[in-house]
Amino acid sequence: MNPKTENFLLAVEGLTVSFDGFKAVDDLSFYLDPKEIRVIIGPNGAGKTTVLDLICGKTRATQGSIRFGGKELTKMKEHQIVHAGVGRKFQNPSVFEDLTVFENLEVSYPQGHSVMGALAFKRDQAVIEAVEGIAETIFLSEQLNEPAGLLSHGQKQWLEIGMLLIQKPDLLMLDEPVAGMSVAERKKTAELLRVITRDHTVLVIEHDMQFVGDIADRVTVMHQGKVLSEGSIDHVKKDPKVIEVYLGH
Amino acid sequence: MKTNSTFQWLTSREGVYYLLLALLLVVVLPLSLDSFRLNMVGKYLTYAFAAIGLVMCWGKAGILSLGQGVFFGLGGYCMAMFLKLEASTPEATKHQSTPGIPDFMDWNQLTELPWFWQPFHSFFFTLIAVLAVPILLAFIIGVAMFKRRVGGVYFAIITQAIAAILTILIIGQQGLTGGVNGITDLQTLLGWNIRTDAAKNTLYFVCVALLFLSLFVARHVQNAKLGRILVAMNEQENRVRFSGYDVASFKVFVFCLAAALAGVGGAMFTLQVGFMSPSFVGIVPSIEMVVFCALGGRYSLLGGVYGALLVNAAKSGFSESFPELWPYAMGALFIGVVLAFPNGLAGLYARYIMPLEKRLPVLGKYLDKDDSVEPQAPAPVSDQLSAEKP
Repeated sequence: MNPKTENFLLAVEGLTVSFDGFKAVDDLSFYLDPKEIRVIIGPNGAGKTTVLDLICGKTRATQGSIRFGGKELTKMKEHQIVHAGVGRKFQNPSVFEDLTVFENLEVSYPQGHSVMGALAFKRDQAVIEAVEGIAETIFLSEQLNEPAGLLSHGQKQWLEIGMLLIQKPDLLMLDEPVAGMSVAERKKTAELLRVITRDHTVLVIEHDMQFVGDIADRVTVMHQGKVLSEGSIDHVKKDPKVIEVYLGH
Repeated sequence: MKTNSTFQWLTSREGVYYLLLALLLVVVLPLSLDSFRLNMVGKYLTYAFAAIGLVMCWGKAGILSLGQGVFFGLGGYCMAMFLKLEASTPEATKHQSTPGIPDFMDWNQLTELPWFWQPFHSFFFTLIAVLAVPILLAFIIGVAMFKRRVGGVYFAIITQAIAAILTILIIGQQGLTGGVNGITDLQTLLGWNIRTDAAKNTLYFVCVALLFLSLFVARHVQNAKLGRILVAMNEQENRVRFSGYDVASFKVFVFCLAAALAGVGGAMFTLQVGFMSPSFVGIVPSIEMVVFCALGGRYSLLGGVYGALLVNAAKSGFSESFPELWPYAMGALFIGVVLAFPNGLAGLYARYIMPLEKRLPVLGKYLDKDDSVEPQAPAPVSDQLSAEKP
């Protein structure tokens, strides 16, 4: 084991997943520093979402390793990966529409995650304060007692981000957080991400280059399951290979 | 403090609904029905246990089991084995070639009591077994299925297959189980004759008490965070998983809970009806239990109870006049419920009758002050939301 990898929060090395011979992710390596904001861009089918699936355990790697804070994630179960400190937001907003906003956040509160724990869980002051605090961050203080099903698309996206934040993860993974949002909602989301990125490491998939430029420390460009280019936004924008396959002339 | 909050609950909308059910079961029905009819209501109520279990398992967590008859039957058989052993004293069976064993074993040339019958000499063991045997089987099925992420229709089909397998097993092993006739001729419980009217009346009240106990257990689970996780799991399983929950263990838990409730129902069935047979175990009774739950309202615990009562009362009334038509009527009822009012009677009540409650002379005043949306009777908004689900 390379001791240098231990300095990274997340070290992905030689990661490969093959679906019936098709390599969606092919010998991929990248490293994330603590508190870094990394954006993955790339054309459709480049394997961006699959990378997030592999990190959070939804998909199992065929080969390679994912080291996170000294732990090997490829061998762990999904809920163990969450407890290790990895939060994942899905592309489509997945919130619990039958539950209220408060209950949505409460379910994600990092306590009482075993069956018996969930049975004994009490809604104490600490929980209420945590939920109200997060609700304020995600602009949903007014909607706490509404069923999440009544929220707008953008509000659902925020709620799901809030559900991640309340878990206090070390690494937040967001899959297209501004897709389908209005201009006003995009602005607010960028603002929200700026707040979040103060004390989290964030891995984002996004297409909106304006938005990417606003938030990214570094950008990884993926193409056909491999890293095509990596560096600052200006660096990748000038890279002829990136212009060729993704940005266009 | 404690009594105060209990009092507050009893005067809340939900509390009043529970009180009304208690009034119906403890006062109105016993006063208005003769012993025979009351015993029949007691029998219907045993299905309500299974229906409550299905509300938790299917309504809340979205796990449709078409094999609840298995657990009902296991609970019932456990109790029947105990009662049969008590009835098979050496004196009572002295004409058999092997006295002291159940009559059907003697007919099948068995000469000693099988090993798994031995512990059922103990009433204490039997009481534990009524809960433990269904839970154990549910646990094994649950772990085997849910850890492998088997769910939905596949799970329903497997539970139905298990119902068929258990029926075939019971019928095939006549010497060990009493076969197709079941375990019959049950007389006494710890020396107390359970066939008298007085005993049947007492058993009815025991059944009602246990039903309320089960309702409170289910309600406690539903109102704990566990209950919200079940609902959440039903909707967005992956979101729950990636919020740090081991989804499979929650499914196993609720499936075991439903099995335990069905088991208690089965044991009370045996006590009140006086026998147990494979016809209460197989596919048809299992599906009937789903119908009780669907008609009553699969999101509502009290709905499950009323569903079991009403469908069974209809079944008795209908099959007394047109016995061969009942299966068709029930099938039509089920299709009608699913198409016309997927949230069952509880959904209809919440949408059409709840708004009228304010006009009630005495009760209206109580109900009016508490307009909170409570879990067992969804208000119109959540009603519509859940109706939109496929």
